[in-house]
Amino acid sequence: MHKFRLGLAHLYTFLFLIYLLAPLAVMSGAAFNDSKLPSIVPWRGFTWRWFAELWADERMLVAFGNTLVVAVAVAVLSVIVGTASAILINSISGRLRTVLYGMMISTILIPGVVIGISTLLMWTKLGGLIFGADDRMFPFIPGLHLSVLGQVSYIAAMVMLLVLARLQSFDGGLEEAALDLGASHAQVMRRILLPHLYPAIGAGAAVAFFQSIENFNVTQFTRGGKDTLTVYVFSKVRAGITPTINALAFLLICITLVLAVWYEIARRRRAKIEAAREAEARRAEAMAEITGAA
Amino acid sequence: MRRYGMGLTLTICLLVAFWLLMLVIVPNITLFEQSFRPYLPVTEIGGPKDVYSFDNFLKVFNGDTQVTLLGFTFNIPVHVLTFSLTIFYSILVTILCFCLAYPLAYYMAKIVNPKTLPTLLLLLFIPLWVSEVLRAFAWWIILALKGPLNSLFLFLGVIDKPVRWIVDYNGVIIGLVYTYVLFMLFPIYNAIQSLDTNQIEAAEDLGAPWWKIHLKIVMPHAKPGIASGSVMVFMLSAGSLLVPSILGSTTSQWFTQTIDQWFKDALDWNTASAYALLLLILCTVFVSLAMWVFKVKLSDIAK
Repeated sequence: MHKFRLGLAHLYTFLFLIYLLAPLAVMSGAAFNDSKLPSIVPWRGFTWRWFAELWADERMLVAFGNTLVVAVAVAVLSVIVGTASAILINSISGRLRTVLYGMMISTILIPGVVIGISTLLMWTKLGGLIFGADDRMFPFIPGLHLSVLGQVSYIAAMVMLLVLARLQSFDGGLEEAALDLGASHAQVMRRILLPHLYPAIGAGAAVAFFQSIENFNVTQFTRGGKDTLTVYVFSKVRAGITPTINALAFLLICITLVLAVWYEIARRRRAKIEAAREAEARRAEAMAEITGAA
Repeated sequence: MRRYGMGLTLTICLLVAFWLLMLVIVPNITLFEQSFRPYLPVTEIGGPKDVYSFDNFLKVFNGDTQVTLLGFTFNIPVHVLTFSLTIFYSILVTILCFCLAYPLAYYMAKIVNPKTLPTLLLLLFIPLWVSEVLRAFAWWIILALKGPLNSLFLFLGVIDKPVRWIVDYNGVIIGLVYTYVLFMLFPIYNAIQSLDTNQIEAAEDLGAPWWKIHLKIVMPHAKPGIASGSVMVFMLSAGSLLVPSILGSTTSQWFTQTIDQWFKDALDWNTASAYALLLLILCTVFVSLAMWVFKVKLSDIAK
């Protein structure tokens, strides 16, 4: 490739990274500015004040707790449903597969507003049908449990895609062999199929967890007065902002960064070990050749 | 299914049925049914006035507003205008995302040193883990009248007085592009990755200019990735409620905001349902049309 264009490509990537990361830096920086409005200019001196205020904000802490509970619930449900769907899709074929698969995928594309309203409508109406309009009770009232169900309806599809990709590399012969050797169906599932799927299931759980934390649209319509972090931050941003939100953002970004660095170090170590192993194998091969020749 | 036995097969089928029926199909049927009912006080529900009609949908055509386009002035219902603008700007966001993401996707797939790629990917993933509301909020800070962007430009002498960035739909577009550009990047990157580098080199050896290589070789190969990225970005933008609410100006209105207003302010769930259904149906029709025009199949997208 032409040298000039190569340089241009590097430059573009660099600029793109700045474009992606600079807003996060600006937002973090504003968390330390001693100014009532969240901004980095004009700089009015360094302060920890906003972190103290953040800690004192009890509604925020409650919202944070709610978010974690919802995210864990969504992750667990999505993994169970998504894995089951992937196994089902993988073992059927033909028209039924196309239809089911299409339906599952399309859930990702349904606007969150639609999911939110339709979930809320169905459960409240169902409650109305069973108990009459007056004394509705759990789970037929708006609340975070409906947010969980609404979020699962599309996050399960993401888990399904991840697990399905992993299933492609699974050798069905292993299952047959285990069955022939007298293993029960449950054993085959627990000892052979699921262990193969664990990496995808883990990735799916992580994706589901983070997608759930991010979710706004579905939660906004189904939450019934309860807060999650995203909804709470949103209400804060709209009604008089203080830099406490920036303090929160800074903490979240730090957590992300720590996780990212930790992951990167682990990856490099793995790569190093692999490279060492390969080198050793090559050396052994060379040795074998030499001794063989001698 | 012999492979999993009765019990397990049944469990699996039940789980899938629970997902598709209870979480997807029945709620949408309820939405459909509800959208045809009038908004009534609780006591009159089920009474003689509770009959099906298209009234909720026809509310879209209430209340005209004047629009000037290309020198012509005509009247158009407010909500129809909002919807058209939502679609128009979502398309614009999709195109902008493609223009930003394509060069980087190509760089990641074909140019970058394979050793630095994982690090690059990690850096790209960081904003994806920071929630959408915070990303929109970050741009709200940056674009503020007394914000860092104006200070920077004033300092560099690019402008001589602060510019109001969040006017009309500008803020919304900037925010949406920033939020969703990565959803365009990764599918295209995946698609280009599977292209045989020899094809590009052969074209280069035969004297093809770089733009022709992209137009005739890389892009056709990456078409499924481009299509799935575009569909994702378009649907996410059109369905976004956060970004337009935070970065919107007084003159910008997104269709999801209209739905939200019916739901939260007017407490008219039925009309909100009708509008949500309209959003779903019209977006689906639009995406299908676009796919038909560009000759992409759904099976290409869901890869």
